[in-house]
Amino acid sequence: MPENRYENPGGPGTPMPRPGQERYVAAVDEGGLGAVDAVKTDEAPTSFWRDAWHQMRSRPLFWVAAVIMTLVVLLAAFPGLFTSVDPRTCNLSMSLQGPQPGHPFGFDRQGCDIYSRTIYGARASVVVGLLATTMVVVFGTLMGSVAGYYGKWFDTVLSRVTDIFFAIPLVLAAIVILSIMTNRTSFTVALVLALFGWPQIARITRGTVMSVKNNEFVTAAKSLGMGRGRILVRHVLPNSAAPIIVYATVALGQFIVAEATLSFLGIGLPPWTVSWGGDISAGQEAIRTAPEILLYPAGGLALTVLGFMMMGDVVRDALDPKARKR
Amino acid sequence: MLWYLGRRLLQVIPVFLGATLLLYALVFLRPGDPVAALGGERGLPEAVAEQIRADYNLDKPFFVQYLLFLRGVVTLDFGVDFRGREVSEVIANAFPVTIQLALMALIIEAVFGVGFGLIAGMRKGKLFDATALVVSLLFIAVPTFVVGFVMQIVIGVNLGWLPVTVGRDPDVISLLMPALVLAAVSFAYVLRLTRTSVVENLSADYVRTARARGLSRSQVTGRHVLRNSLIPVVTFLGADIGALMSGAIITEGIFNINGVGGTLYDAIIRGESITVVSLTTVLVMVYIGANLLVDLLYAALDPRIRYA
Amino acid sequence: MTPRRRLAGIGAFTLASALLLTACGDSGSDDGDTTAEGDGAGTGIVTVSSGEPENPLVPGMTSEVYGGLVVKNIYSGLVYYDADGAVHNEVAESIESDDNVTWTITLQDGWTFTDGTPVTASSFVDAWNYAALLSNEQLSQYFFHDFAGYSDEEDSELELEVVDELTFTVELMAPAADFTQWLGYTAFAPLPEAFFEDPDGFGEKPISNGPYLVEEWSHDDQISLRPNPDYAGEQVPQNGGVDLIAYTSEDTAYNDLLGNNLDIVPNVPTSAFATFEDQLGDRAVNQPAALTQVMNVPEWLEEFQGEAGVMRRAAVSMAIDRESITETLYQGSRTPASDFSSPIVYGWSDDIPGNEITEYNPDEAKALWDEAQSMDPIDDDYTLQIASNADSDHQTWIDAACNTIRSTLEIGCEFYPYTTFDEFLSDRRSGDVPGIFRGGWQGDWPSMSNFLGPIYGTGAGSNHHLYSNEAFDDKLREASLAEDPDEAVTLYKEAQAILFEDVPGIPLWYQNATAGYSESIENVEFGWDSDPILYQITKE
Repeated sequence: MPENRYENPGGPGTPMPRPGQERYVAAVDEGGLGAVDAVKTDEAPTSFWRDAWHQMRSRPLFWVAAVIMTLVVLLAAFPGLFTSVDPRTCNLSMSLQGPQPGHPFGFDRQGCDIYSRTIYGARASVVVGLLATTMVVVFGTLMGSVAGYYGKWFDTVLSRVTDIFFAIPLVLAAIVILSIMTNRTSFTVALVLALFGWPQIARITRGTVMSVKNNEFVTAAKSLGMGRGRILVRHVLPNSAAPIIVYATVALGQFIVAEATLSFLGIGLPPWTVSWGGDISAGQEAIRTAPEILLYPAGGLALTVLGFMMMGDVVRDALDPKARKR
Repeated sequence: MLWYLGRRLLQVIPVFLGATLLLYALVFLRPGDPVAALGGERGLPEAVAEQIRADYNLDKPFFVQYLLFLRGVVTLDFGVDFRGREVSEVIANAFPVTIQLALMALIIEAVFGVGFGLIAGMRKGKLFDATALVVSLLFIAVPTFVVGFVMQIVIGVNLGWLPVTVGRDPDVISLLMPALVLAAVSFAYVLRLTRTSVVENLSADYVRTARARGLSRSQVTGRHVLRNSLIPVVTFLGADIGALMSGAIITEGIFNINGVGGTLYDAIIRGESITVVSLTTVLVMVYIGANLLVDLLYAALDPRIRYA
Repeated sequence: MTPRRRLAGIGAFTLASALLLTACGDSGSDDGDTTAEGDGAGTGIVTVSSGEPENPLVPGMTSEVYGGLVVKNIYSGLVYYDADGAVHNEVAESIESDDNVTWTITLQDGWTFTDGTPVTASSFVDAWNYAALLSNEQLSQYFFHDFAGYSDEEDSELELEVVDELTFTVELMAPAADFTQWLGYTAFAPLPEAFFEDPDGFGEKPISNGPYLVEEWSHDDQISLRPNPDYAGEQVPQNGGVDLIAYTSEDTAYNDLLGNNLDIVPNVPTSAFATFEDQLGDRAVNQPAALTQVMNVPEWLEEFQGEAGVMRRAAVSMAIDRESITETLYQGSRTPASDFSSPIVYGWSDDIPGNEITEYNPDEAKALWDEAQSMDPIDDDYTLQIASNADSDHQTWIDAACNTIRSTLEIGCEFYPYTTFDEFLSDRRSGDVPGIFRGGWQGDWPSMSNFLGPIYGTGAGSNHHLYSNEAFDDKLREASLAEDPDEAVTLYKEAQAILFEDVPGIPLWYQNATAGYSESIENVEFGWDSDPILYQITKE
């Protein structure tokens, strides 16, 4: 949206008429009006999803996000493409040494190559983050939308179950579940994080759905004889997606960091797994002397979250029928 | 409305039973033997350990233990922990400072998160929006212990602007730094949620209508956009109160605050089942209260939502 | 960071930190604010970072460092240790025995508890009997194992006898030449009659006979110690008192020291190892202490059994680069170990036969491992597990040790983490640890036998790895009978030589006391047990 050229000089809420007020309604290029008025005749009506895709790929942000995500996925899938140094071959005599040829990021406290560890750390972190986020989104959205949309006793029961799960302290759940599961993997860690994280997103979905279901288009769909389930899936959920997507993209980063905390307590990934989270928590012991070694795993984490956040933004815009018309 | 409130209050009972049962089961399934560890590396004779187990009813079957706990709740006598302290006193001492800290953090994240989120949403794609994105990314990617530690060294030790630790008499000044640290991550959530909602609502029909009717931009924003954007934000904040109270382990540790997070963590590590379940039970009550408040706020924010 | 776990800088020696909030209703005014009797004593209150004691302030209930520091300073036992660990009489006039089994103990006259009652032979006899009786559920049971009459299965009286007001006798299960040394340990402190009237409430506001008294215990916050005006011993406080402040993390305490809000930090945090000596100058303390780290090899691991097993043990030991780890990761706050005891105990030496396996020697290590493989092969993809509780910072050194073990022996090597200390302890007791495990030992008293017997003696309390060698047990027994200390030293050396043949444990390093203090205090000294010696500190 272009900058508002008609900034109110008197500050917010000033009742003073401004010069030219009588002519002013809303700048055509500033609000949604222009978008509504400008009918694009060259576009044939297409399906919802094709439309969304079309909208998305026309935005540069989408391509930036796509490049970042592809890079992260490549790192996670084929770390060997990016480095030939073994992240677990370490030499204490290199401890905290700065960058050198072949070792662009230098060495950590144990004398391991930070560049290699940052590359190899992507897999565990991304897998834990993505798995946990997916589980949380699927389960939380299901619970939240059913509770918010159907209301009544559905809402009562589901909301109270949510309350119960809110009560579990992450550390306790992690200790118990991870010690019962003898074979610890990224999946089990993600499961624990998801168990802890889904109530939040269920609550958010429920709140949004409760608000969206009162919209005119839902009433319209109802009066057209559309089934309740179909309305929920076709109309209510897409219109409630924004906060879910936003929460999920932030949560992705949070899950990766939370994995670090768990690993540090000895209840996260197995200690031999190279992960950004693990390296962040190991790096804190050198925080007074060499804080820079934290930059690399934290940077990888930030880049990943950035990619997902931008993608979330683009997808949200594409799914929003109103914003899409622009 | 009253009927709704009454019904919600009645629902506290099953939630309480469900949560305590689940928690009790988790503590019960916790590996290790806390009693044997009481003697430290040198250990305790088995006969003594057995006696202590009997004292704390740890030798009884799971459901008996749980029922005994429930009896304690009903009679308001939670019993004593392994150190011989009244659990009720432990709870009473942990909560005041934690509530203060959590509320301060909540206010900080609400004010700054909503404020910056609103501006970022209104100037979508502009410099402010990009800056807000980077700052929130920073808070997400850099863990609390780093943020807290660096702030403590720089602001507390080097600059001397704020007390290094909180210590025995917590006040607003000494809690300011920990509250900022605690609020950092949630601030990122609130900012992102607000921004997105604002962006979405700015293109909503009623905003266009309002602008068409000649309302100023700030009036539209304040009266319509913000109000309608707050539902997910308020939901998040409501649910966050509990997380701020129980999840402040690291922040509390860094600033030497003896609150709920640390007490709960220690109790889990030491296997003090009664302390764990009692503390979390209080937290569940806080969650329920906050969620009820949020549900009531929905109706205020969006008049179309009605409770019967 | 798991700040709370980091508190107990010595990890699993203690049950680590405690956090508990309980109001303390005491006004603390009865005996309060009395200053020291000693002339020229300063009046400043010294602040020391500590933690919340896990148990009431009763000698028999204290099994961790925070409570230990308080109990040690408020109770006076028969003897006390000076900074070097030498034993001096405190309440005792004399401690004598002809056979190292029956001991006659005479007390000095004139000692009183803070409630005015005299310290008598019964104060000791009753306190010890109480602590050793099973049904009293005291946590220091362990220390009465060697007393005649003790049973860990049913209630029984120790064979202690009150001869007169100031004299009593002790009967031991077996001869112990170093019995006098035991007696400075807090578990052997006396208790007043008031304790037995109300054992449960007593620890909240203890009545004691030491240099300090507890003026106020504000739970989870601080314990205020003030000089005891009735104290009759030599360690007269030279300050106006000591406030032990509960901290949730060593890093926090250290930052408070840097910010001049605290006088003493007894444990410098790991993150400051590299910088604290520069930052504090001569106010930094880095000296040997009675702390040692080893890895114990449990007898239930098949790959470490038999002759090939012993070779593998030695190979693993020689594959660890102790110099680099202590220098690089611990910045000199640890010293590579060359024996199973500690440099602070009498008779320590670095020339015990067989101790060359504590030196980093990759070639020899690999050769030994290969030889063991040819004798009794195990899988080529074998992975050595090093187990420890994960709630402290042990992963750092285990990772470093594994890095060289992997590259030297060409086997796998991984950290096997236990979430909580009690889970680690349970698995050790039940023999379920799937690899070698960390063992740390803090000496109860500064004597060689205390570093060997409890860990490697057959069936001993902390011998969770189930090592058993009759020859070793015999050497220890002989040494405890030795009349002459130097004769004992020779025997202990021979005993250690046996350990280096069997390698039931792999010595790693001796842990130093690393501490720091502020500019406002003087005469700061740290003892053999790495605790600050509080009474002699002066503060204006």
